[in-house]
Amino acid sequence: MNPRLTVVTAGRVLRQVLRDRRTLALMLVVPVVLMCLLAWIYADGPLFERVGPTLLTVFPFVVMFVVTSVATLRERTSGTLERLLTTPMGKGDLVLGYALAFGLLAVVQGVLVTTVSVWLLGLDTAASSVWLVLVVVASGVLGTSLGLLASAFAATEFQAVQLMPATVLPQFLLCGLLVPRDQLPRALELVSDVLPLSYVVDAATAVAGQVQPRADLATPLLVIAGWILVALVLGSLTLRRRTP
Amino acid sequence: MIDAVEVEGLRVVRGGRLVLPGLDLQVPAGQIVGLLGPSGGGKSTVMRAVVGVQRVDAGRVEVLGLPAGHPDLRHRVGYVTQAPSVYGDLTVAENVLHFARLLGVRDSASAAREAIERVDLTSHARSRTDALSGGQRSRASLAAALVGRPELLVLDEPTVGLDPVLRRDLWALFRQLADDGVTLLISSHVMDEASRCDRLVLLREGQVLADETPTALLERTGAADAEGAFLFLVDGAAT
Repeated sequence: MNPRLTVVTAGRVLRQVLRDRRTLALMLVVPVVLMCLLAWIYADGPLFERVGPTLLTVFPFVVMFVVTSVATLRERTSGTLERLLTTPMGKGDLVLGYALAFGLLAVVQGVLVTTVSVWLLGLDTAASSVWLVLVVVASGVLGTSLGLLASAFAATEFQAVQLMPATVLPQFLLCGLLVPRDQLPRALELVSDVLPLSYVVDAATAVAGQVQPRADLATPLLVIAGWILVALVLGSLTLRRRTP
Repeated sequence: MIDAVEVEGLRVVRGGRLVLPGLDLQVPAGQIVGLLGPSGGGKSTVMRAVVGVQRVDAGRVEVLGLPAGHPDLRHRVGYVTQAPSVYGDLTVAENVLHFARLLGVRDSASAAREAIERVDLTSHARSRTDALSGGQRSRASLAAALVGRPELLVLDEPTVGLDPVLRRDLWALFRQLADDGVTLLISSHVMDEASRCDRLVLLREGQVLADETPTALLERTGAADAEGAFLFLVDGAAT
């Protein structure tokens, strides 16, 4: 592994994304629009306060998952991956380069959508908004890492997009948004205990309900960090220099 | 003579099909070796094995004295795939510069400019590669390999879709590189490019039909050109 190659890769990926207006819009504008819609739907009730913080963290997760998995797959299918792997580039350099580029975009996305939600839409959390930004960004980076890993299981961009409903929607049902996780049937609760999105929701709940969320944030943030690490390591292990 | 590439008993099965049953091949250093034959004959598989991206079932592939795919070879071997492998949403200059940086080329900007000039794409350096013609894109892909100044260049059908003038210019470039000491392994299914090579390897269904100089091949088969020699050898093998 070589940090220089990671940075060169991240720079190249960023350049590609910045040139692609529609992808940029999907990443930065779509979560904002969704939050505006949500505020509008719940205009006359307390529900925006209740589900707002959770959905604010779920949207970036989903968007970053899709964008990253398709972008990574393009590398795999365009022949450039085979070429890259004949250069001094390590598999870890490539995966980290992608993670760094999309991670930076996730930071921009997280700051933007949280700012709009808090100051424009009046989303109120017990804890400071800084904690909210942190959780939103962590969720976006988690989506990026899982998207990187997921792209290994798709052969075409068409399949990569289909992975989203297959892997994200079940997590959405079990993450505690519809029914709190401790009230789920025992078997489902155990499943939700290992799914990464559950911890994003746990973290969002802590920020929404507690003035000092630090203690309750520690476990979910650690689990999220662990998932990010595992996804990146597995993602680079799925790259093969030699293929059949 | 030292061999830049030595292949011994290479056996490759792809998707349940035996592509190479046991191939032997030598590429002498500093020469242009043409790998000729119909598509599906195993040319690309041989090249992928030489650059170390092909999973092989048996055999030995040695490149510049090291096993193929060795980390030390990644600076020294340039590989251009049949389908141009460049980023369509980046310009020619950005693509070539990217590979220069990955290869750790010193003064990467001027190295990139020079490589682009060598493939005659300077006027298109600032165009996105997905806006280029097929021939231009494959030259951009070639420039990305040249920029690292490799000792061995493995080129899979580099002249497909090029007009005769460009083809002539590229072969002149290949000759110039060989004169500078670079070894080139070039595949083609265009038989009339055979005369430009120092050695020819005729490959059909994973078997080497001939491995000799163009002159020797024509003398031995009594054919007027490589195409005739190829037909002669195929007919001879059939009877």
